[in-house]
Amino acid sequence: MSRARDFADLAGSADAGGITGKNLIINGNMAVAQRGNSFPSAANSTYVVDRFRVNRNGMDNLVYDLSQSSTSPDGFANSIKLDVTTAETSSADNENLKIDTKIEAQNLQQLKYGTSSAEQITMSFWVRSSTTGTYAIEIYTEDSSKQITNTYTVDSANTWEYKTVTFVGDTGGSINNDNGQGFLISWFLSVPSNYKTGNSTSWRTYNVDGRGYGQTADVASTTGEFYITGVQLEVGSATSFEHESYAETLRKCQRYFYRIGGNETDALGSNVGRIASGVMTGTGAGVVMRPNPVTMRDAPNVTFDDDISRYTVMTSRTTNAVTGVGDNQSTASTTAVGFTSGAASNDGDGAVLRSTRAQSTVSVDAEL
Amino acid sequence: MSEITFTSVKHIADEDGNNVGLVAVHGGKTTSVAMRVGNYMYDEIMRQVEAGTLTIADAD
Repeated sequence: MSRARDFADLAGSADAGGITGKNLIINGNMAVAQRGNSFPSAANSTYVVDRFRVNRNGMDNLVYDLSQSSTSPDGFANSIKLDVTTAETSSADNENLKIDTKIEAQNLQQLKYGTSSAEQITMSFWVRSSTTGTYAIEIYTEDSSKQITNTYTVDSANTWEYKTVTFVGDTGGSINNDNGQGFLISWFLSVPSNYKTGNSTSWRTYNVDGRGYGQTADVASTTGEFYITGVQLEVGSATSFEHESYAETLRKCQRYFYRIGGNETDALGSNVGRIASGVMTGTGAGVVMRPNPVTMRDAPNVTFDDDISRYTVMTSRTTNAVTGVGDNQSTASTTAVGFTSGAASNDGDGAVLRSTRAQSTVSVDAEL
Repeated sequence: MSEITFTSVKHIADEDGNNVGLVAVHGGKTTSVAMRVGNYMYDEIMRQVEAGTLTIADAD
């Protein structure tokens, strides 16, 4: 085959969506769930899978379970499942329920926002809901404080449906070329009446009155289920979903979050629970550090997910429970945190931070 | 980011008494906070402090 033919085929591949990197959404197939797979009676702002969070405002009656589900359309292994177990009896102004994801600003520069060449983008995804009707999607740009919405309709209850939703480019508001928030994308599941009065179907200055413009469906008002997967956002029109390896998606997710510790076992099955190693800097005090698996978006927060007494520090002399968490000395490339413990140790002794049970994990978090 | 309910937030000081860190307890978890504007947890702590609904305790 000639080189001319190769190039022609490559161009055709681009038209067919064959070029990699087209999907601006990370973890759109809901495959990576580092925080867990099931969240009964989920708290607000739960990341049900990596990069996708379920947010509520108000709604004091509403109770729902969240999970990474294996119920999915052909070609996908996972979805997000939101299962309303107790419905909201009445929603007041500003009370809402949504699934959202954020995109880092420097990953959106190809959209040429703020110029006359701003690109049209298309969101495609699979949805299945027990509640039929029209749903709103909002894109909010933090740098210009603007918003746009569009809608899709669930036609048949409890049936997987493929949806595409297009948004024109914003010629008036630019997106900074930095590691801050570029897009906040919200799939509204329930919106109050004061979110539906302002027409936000073209780019405009953000106002709550248009956040859910056009939405009629209300997932929160009755018990039932909502699923979503196969989310893709791309320049131009919708093309087939860009599948990638689990490892590649995990690597992308770890720029924002990773979790270590718990019941990690070695090749012999021993529970080692190693989290980080470091040095004692004085009696009972020290610092541990570990390289991040990828360069993170920014210096991360370091969260001990369990009671701190469930972590130990092993030195050359003794092993003692952690008694306090110290300052955060992390960078985007390295996680480092101070601690105190009852360790009888000298300045300069080696130290290993370990977990003692499954839930004794440490979360490293540079979320937008 | 939605509001975070903090059980406590405390300064961490170095040997000279300078505040060099913040440790927040929330939902049974303990976070050593990256003190940088733009970090959602740091920003939320500062927002609640400015609103008068949260006080940062002195270092031990």
